[in-house]
Amino acid sequence: MLRLQLIAIIRLGIKSLMLHKLRSALTMLGIIFGVCSVIAMLAIGEGASYAAQEAIKKLGSNNILIRSLKPPEAARQQQGGGGPRGMSLKYGLTYADGARLQATIPGVKRVVPSRIIRENVRFGRTEVPCQVIGTLPFFTEVTGVELVRGRFLSDLDERHQNNICVITAGLAQRLFPTEDPLQHSVKVDAFYYRVVGIIRETGKAEQRTQAGKMEGQPLDNNVYIPLSTSRTRFGEVLIRRTAGSFEAEEVQLHQITVQMQDTAAVETADPQIKTLLRRFHDQNDYELIVPLELLREAEATKRRFNIVLGSIAAISLLVGGIGIMNIMLANVTERTREIGVRRALGAKRRDITLQFLVETVVLSIGGGLIGVLVGMLTPVVVSMATDMKTIVTLWSVLVAFGISGAVGIVFGLYPARAAAMLDPIEALRHE
Amino acid sequence: MASLASQPEWMIRTVGLQKTYFLGGENRVHALRGVDMGVRRGDYMAIMGPSGSGKSTMLNLIGCLDRPTGGQYFLGGDDVSQMDDDALSAIRGERIGFIFQSYNLIPQLTVLENIQVPLFYQGHDLGKTLHRCRELANLVGLGDRLDHRPNQLSGGQQQRVAIARSLVNDPLIILADEPTGNLDSKTGAEVLDLIDRLNREGKTIVLVTHDDKVAARAHRVIHMKDGVIDREVINRPPPTPSAS
Repeated sequence: MLRLQLIAIIRLGIKSLMLHKLRSALTMLGIIFGVCSVIAMLAIGEGASYAAQEAIKKLGSNNILIRSLKPPEAARQQQGGGGPRGMSLKYGLTYADGARLQATIPGVKRVVPSRIIRENVRFGRTEVPCQVIGTLPFFTEVTGVELVRGRFLSDLDERHQNNICVITAGLAQRLFPTEDPLQHSVKVDAFYYRVVGIIRETGKAEQRTQAGKMEGQPLDNNVYIPLSTSRTRFGEVLIRRTAGSFEAEEVQLHQITVQMQDTAAVETADPQIKTLLRRFHDQNDYELIVPLELLREAEATKRRFNIVLGSIAAISLLVGGIGIMNIMLANVTERTREIGVRRALGAKRRDITLQFLVETVVLSIGGGLIGVLVGMLTPVVVSMATDMKTIVTLWSVLVAFGISGAVGIVFGLYPARAAAMLDPIEALRHE
Repeated sequence: MASLASQPEWMIRTVGLQKTYFLGGENRVHALRGVDMGVRRGDYMAIMGPSGSGKSTMLNLIGCLDRPTGGQYFLGGDDVSQMDDDALSAIRGERIGFIFQSYNLIPQLTVLENIQVPLFYQGHDLGKTLHRCRELANLVGLGDRLDHRPNQLSGGQQQRVAIARSLVNDPLIILADEPTGNLDSKTGAEVLDLIDRLNREGKTIVLVTHDDKVAARAHRVIHMKDGVIDREVINRPPPTPSAS
């Protein structure tokens, strides 16, 4: 019986709203925009942070990256011509660091050192500027690398300092547009390296190297060779020709990737590694990158971002709610006589409250439904128009819809109460 | 007194009914100063009086739209003078049929839906009472206009819808407030004929009017003045209380 009556009240509410179609539609528009903007804004925010988080995740959340960094005071010295010509600048991580990390830090699973040297790689007449990365066979286990063809470096290659290399798929395409790379050798500096495998890197962000050195270069031009080969072929002192002068650097390792057993170990190891390195480096010539921390930061940023976007959108919902309240108050005044008649014919106060509340809720829920539809379409359009990634999450839809319903009740309650509290005699006399 | 009130033939019985409006401070208006009267089953009573005589207040009290500040009011044997708002709403819905001067139909509802309103608030299943509503519409001669809206009807037709609406909950009394005030004399006479017919069929009617010709149709007329009943005129002998 109660259910039947509720249905009747809802039908009555719709009927009353249909009496002023334009007015009801305009009132609903406020809620439609509110709900739409909540969903769309959260979808854009979610999409932006998703892209950043994916990049960080590819670094491996169990990893800690340590990179050699040219110390700022050394750089200044060199630029000013203070250092004697021909003297090499010595900085960065050492083989000893790698060994110490492996031996002393608890929870370490693997330590993968690598040397990253910028060199042009040639095949026939094609020449491509590359990063020649000397590393150990575990490299594949520590970072996101997918073997496309052939094999990766092996222990045997390492022991025999073999002149072999594994190249990235992008480079293979550039160097060997028509031929099978596995049949050929590439030339780096003065030596030839036989191509034994092709890999695809899934964790591209990792290859961001020391600042400013490789701007504008595609990131997947990488040649992997055994660490021992890198050591013997290139030596410890790297000479680079800049305009009119030489620049010599002595760097043993450019990067050490420390893989921990689990994320818990990452947190404890982070300060330990810092202490250990500080003890053996008298200058600040390295940097620590903890993807897990970056991830947390990114999440915190996202949360802040969501709160800002959400509150902007919530304000528009609030404005929509005030619009509803305004219209309903006018509605109550306009229908004072009707309220009086209904009261005389036996309507209790709560019947009147319910009737007007149902009208506002119908307005706001109706607006909410349309808003959800428009709000789910908007991010799709934004994605198509721009390159921004957008993700419509279920919770944002539910929250937006829930808020629109709540707005209807909160802002409808006052006008409905005002209608119910009218004195029936006064209401009947109202013109 | 209680024995008097509990006699079933008394539809309405007031005992020392008072109403005082407090306008703040010592400023008060005594609209009713103790009214004793009764209306029997099948009676047809008119209330007349100049403005300020307490006529409207009397109507509001009889209609349970307001509460007296003193005295007792028995409606169908129950003292309704101290009931709360919800109980009074229920009493209005069950025991009183209202006919207003300005018809007071609800504009967004059709004729049929307007007739159904009192049933709606009593929680009736509107589907089951549809037949009765149609019958009432036929009774007032609007059986072919069920789907019309009030603004598609003439004043006389609207008032007839209002009469059908006042009958739908089978009330103890029908309370008519200047039912012909907005109508020309011809349609007014038609409406009054309809009310007369209802009375002949056994309905108890209380009517408020300024018009002597309207009042002349009632069995008796009470004239009010300064918050009390000034005099009572018997036009025709009231119907003998039937043995049933």
